[in-house]
Amino acid sequence: MQWIDVLLLTLLVLTAITVVRLRGLWAAVMLMGIYSFLGASWMLILDAPDVAFTEAAVGAGISTILAVATLALTTTRAKKPVQSPGIPLVVVIVTGAVLVYGTLDMPSFGDPGAPSQVYPELSYVEREPDEIGVPNVVTAVLASYRGYDTLGETTVIFTAGIGVLLLLRETRSRRRRGGGP
Amino acid sequence: MTRQTILRVVAKLLIPYILLFALYVQFHGDYGPGGGFQAGVIFAAAFILYALVFGLGSARRVARPGVIEVLVALGVLIYAGTGIVAMLGGGNFLDYNALDHHNPVHGQHLGILLVELGVGITVAATMIAIFFSFAGRRVQR
Repeated sequence: MQWIDVLLLTLLVLTAITVVRLRGLWAAVMLMGIYSFLGASWMLILDAPDVAFTEAAVGAGISTILAVATLALTTTRAKKPVQSPGIPLVVVIVTGAVLVYGTLDMPSFGDPGAPSQVYPELSYVEREPDEIGVPNVVTAVLASYRGYDTLGETTVIFTAGIGVLLLLRETRSRRRRGGGP
Repeated sequence: MTRQTILRVVAKLLIPYILLFALYVQFHGDYGPGGGFQAGVIFAAAFILYALVFGLGSARRVARPGVIEVLVALGVLIYAGTGIVAMLGGGNFLDYNALDHHNPVHGQHLGILLVELGVGITVAATMIAIFFSFAGRRVQR
């Protein structure tokens, strides 16, 4: 393990703990943005620039903006918790332990014998230049080999947009021109 | 609208480059990291920055809510339409080889370009629409 791995993972844990402990929500939202940037850096170290790019743009960018917009509509202080944290703590620890137990079965990072590397028999990386011929194999997999999945994802975003518009859109008679936040 | 001169000038300087970078990410997705999803979010970020600095009213005059709502659906239509065109060409749904019978690899390139464009349009329009909805509630109160 490189020192940068240790540093990033430590910062991720520290940021998460700080967000949980904060009652002031502005600071919590900003720290969530920092958490996303740390996550993006971590994905970059794992050689996944496309995912890191998405995390930086969506997690740190748009999500932060929308969370701030939500705070502007609601309140900026979290209420004091009314229940004791005992039972949630036990649930979280048990769930975390089960998840860690699950990772023991996973192949190690970059293992050439991992299922994703050996199935289908000729890997996408080898097949792709002849069949599709775009240099970024991730794009080829997302848009062509797994085109149905990406169509589904786009439909999910479409549905989310329609849902927000139906719930929050101003009625035309009440719309005002000018002004702003 | 903010009266901070520095914010306004810096935003005006940055917005064209943000839009240009979004287009680069969109159409360079075949060659480097990126694609429709990331490009759409970056494109929307430029409009959100404009709305934050120059006010929601000005942003709504640039990106009219009616147009944005049509674009939300248009992206998905482009994506699914590419699949239908492939079917009309004799292939399966979303089988881009059928888009160009002489050179299947060209068909793949064209198909990927079109579906990524569809993803980009839907993502950008949805993000702008969601932000306008949130910020619009603020104006009302």
